[in-house]
Amino acid sequence: MKTTEPSSSVTTPEAFPPPSIGAWQHRHILDLDDFTREEIELVFEIADAMAEILTREVKKVPTLRGKTVVTLFYEPSTRTRASFELAAKNLSADTVSLDASKSSIAKGESLVDSLRTIQALGADVIVMRHLQSGAPYVATQYIDCSMINAGDGWHAHPSQALLDLYTIRRHLGKLGGLKAAIIGDIMHSRVARSNVWGMTIMGVKVVLCAPPTLLPRGLNSFITNCKLPNVSIETSVESALEKADVVMPLRLQIERQQSGLLPTLREYVQLYQLTEERLSLAKPHALVLHPGPMNEGIEISPEVAHGAQSVIEEQVTNGVAIRMALLYLIAGGKNK
Amino acid sequence: MAHNLLISGGRILDPSQRLDKVADLLITDSKITWIGDKGTAPHKPDLTTIDATGLIVCPGFIDLHCHLREPGFEDKETIATGTKAAAKGGFTTVCCMPNTNPPLDNQASVDYVKKTAETEGVVRVLPIGCITKARQGKELTEMSELANLGVIGFSDDGEPVTSSRIMSLAMDYSRALGLPIIDHCEDKELSDGGFMNDGWVSARLGLKGIPKAAEEIMVARDIALAQLTGARLHITHVSTEGSVELVRHAKERGIAVTAEVTPHHLTLTEERIMDSQPKKHNQLAYDTNAKVNPPLRTKEDIAALIKGLKDGTIDAIATDHAPHTSVDKMCEFGLAAFGISGLETAFACLMTLVHCGELDLMTLISKLTCEPAKIIGTKYGGLGTLKPGCCADITIFDPSKEWVVDSHDFASKGKNTPFDGYQFTGKVMATIVAGEIVYRDNSK
Repeated sequence: MKTTEPSSSVTTPEAFPPPSIGAWQHRHILDLDDFTREEIELVFEIADAMAEILTREVKKVPTLRGKTVVTLFYEPSTRTRASFELAAKNLSADTVSLDASKSSIAKGESLVDSLRTIQALGADVIVMRHLQSGAPYVATQYIDCSMINAGDGWHAHPSQALLDLYTIRRHLGKLGGLKAAIIGDIMHSRVARSNVWGMTIMGVKVVLCAPPTLLPRGLNSFITNCKLPNVSIETSVESALEKADVVMPLRLQIERQQSGLLPTLREYVQLYQLTEERLSLAKPHALVLHPGPMNEGIEISPEVAHGAQSVIEEQVTNGVAIRMALLYLIAGGKNK
Repeated sequence: MAHNLLISGGRILDPSQRLDKVADLLITDSKITWIGDKGTAPHKPDLTTIDATGLIVCPGFIDLHCHLREPGFEDKETIATGTKAAAKGGFTTVCCMPNTNPPLDNQASVDYVKKTAETEGVVRVLPIGCITKARQGKELTEMSELANLGVIGFSDDGEPVTSSRIMSLAMDYSRALGLPIIDHCEDKELSDGGFMNDGWVSARLGLKGIPKAAEEIMVARDIALAQLTGARLHITHVSTEGSVELVRHAKERGIAVTAEVTPHHLTLTEERIMDSQPKKHNQLAYDTNAKVNPPLRTKEDIAALIKGLKDGTIDAIATDHAPHTSVDKMCEFGLAAFGISGLETAFACLMTLVHCGELDLMTLISKLTCEPAKIIGTKYGGLGTLKPGCCADITIFDPSKEWVVDSHDFASKGKNTPFDGYQFTGKVMATIVAGEIVYRDNSK
């Protein structure tokens, strides 16, 4: 699919960093619920500059030289981890990669002790993936260095939501007024939760669509209490897709069926798989995104996954630019 | 020689006699011997006087539900530290749950608790025995023997008996002993490893929820079994509007059911897990000190619980004091232990309900004194009353003293409180157990 480059947002080297960086307040990036539209725009502006670096023959700038970025993953991950590590290396940071299953954590060390140790080793930024919702919120009460949440349980995955929004904006030229359908395991999805915040802040209407057993029971009152009038809930995928500009099927873990949440995978596929036929219910040039990793043939048909409307691979590339922007803002921006 | 203690000039508040007047109260040895107008006490030699002017004097508080952790979990609490915390909180009698290691499912363990309480405890400790061996829900304990040792009832605490058949047998057996079955009502298959109330906050935080129905299903089952067997049933820490309705309806039908509620379920909602309080920052708190089972619910539930207290559906307030180490709580929300260290904040926290007009003081004190005393029965003498001739268990408090909770000051080993930093109005100033002053507030 062709990219329509919003020319106004391409930052020239002279204008870098943009003046709005002065308003940047975040020491940590835990979720998008405490972001403003201006802050998200700033991330995009810097990501544009980073994306330009990624097109160079030598994809490296000295911005974070002397800074240490530690990735600490308590859950297996391919793209997010590689994406953060490449982002850090492209900015010339030193990177240390810790796998919780192969370190002292596996010997019973507590989260807080592990983080204090990593901080004592000289980390400037810790990028953490954790299987427990809220883990980075607990962690930041006990450490001074910056933390980027690379996914906590079912709760949040802010860099993913930012790269989703960034990819959408690069293609459709805007975000305000769009409609996005997020389809699948909403209950267990940190991507859906972060996108609810990010999309709401950027003026995108969100439809959350799932079988009733994969919707949190309190979702309706969450939307009401947090005043999110642009977010709605659907159990019918056909209704959710109607006039959508963006369609995002979520990974369905096979264990969900095994724990009784779904009668069979067959029925899920029949009712919810994003097929070409279903995709035709959305707007003609609707974008197809997927946070990955995909279960092709379950939540998305191979034809759609690799079809003309899919921007799934580009999401991955944009992910590096977004994460470079985040690392820059957290660890480098203030020094400029 | 007899030991005489005069509590002078206080406002005597005793719901058991509907007494509310300024008077003097005389204690001789371990008994209350006289209540009368100020300055008219019979002359006694060697009289010690406590000036209670401006303070309220009431029967010592009785906690039907606490965890003293000994034997087995002495890093969390011991009988010595737990009873000190109780004294500081105004409690003169505490009933301890049997989820120790070994559990209180046999004579030796119950005996150990009783003996340790006699030598190291500063307040009266009444153990609760297990319903089933090792709290496994399979075989009944030697309930008769445990009853002879003085347990006030039977409970498998956080591992409620799943089998309705075993529970019905336990009720049949306990009915003959005249003791209640005390049940933590939870359908564990429905709560399914959840961490907090299933509602909008759990949806917001991405935390697995515990539906209210998990409690209500078990309350309904237990009530049906109590009706079937004619046994006494006491439901612990009622937390939902639906449970209150079930208990109310059961009482209307004459079923022998009683119920308790905790101070935290009466004052905090599920939102406390999300919000740092007193508001230190805007970041989501995921506060493990507010992780408790049953979970904190909603303001509608709080309203129903208060209504239940007022109309007598809920008989007593119990702390469910559940001390934990910092290791148990300073971790990811999902991995943290359930429980609140509650003995030292219970009364002050409850006074917020009085100060905001939700509950009158007489009702509040009755739920901490004569009402739980009725559930314990008369085996331990007259508890929860200031009637002359009864045991001199007395709590003296200042209803208008302001203070700020600092968990570092707790006598309990468990610093796990969601009330840290809260400013409360109302403080226990002295606690007297069987005529002995076991706690005195020395702050100005």
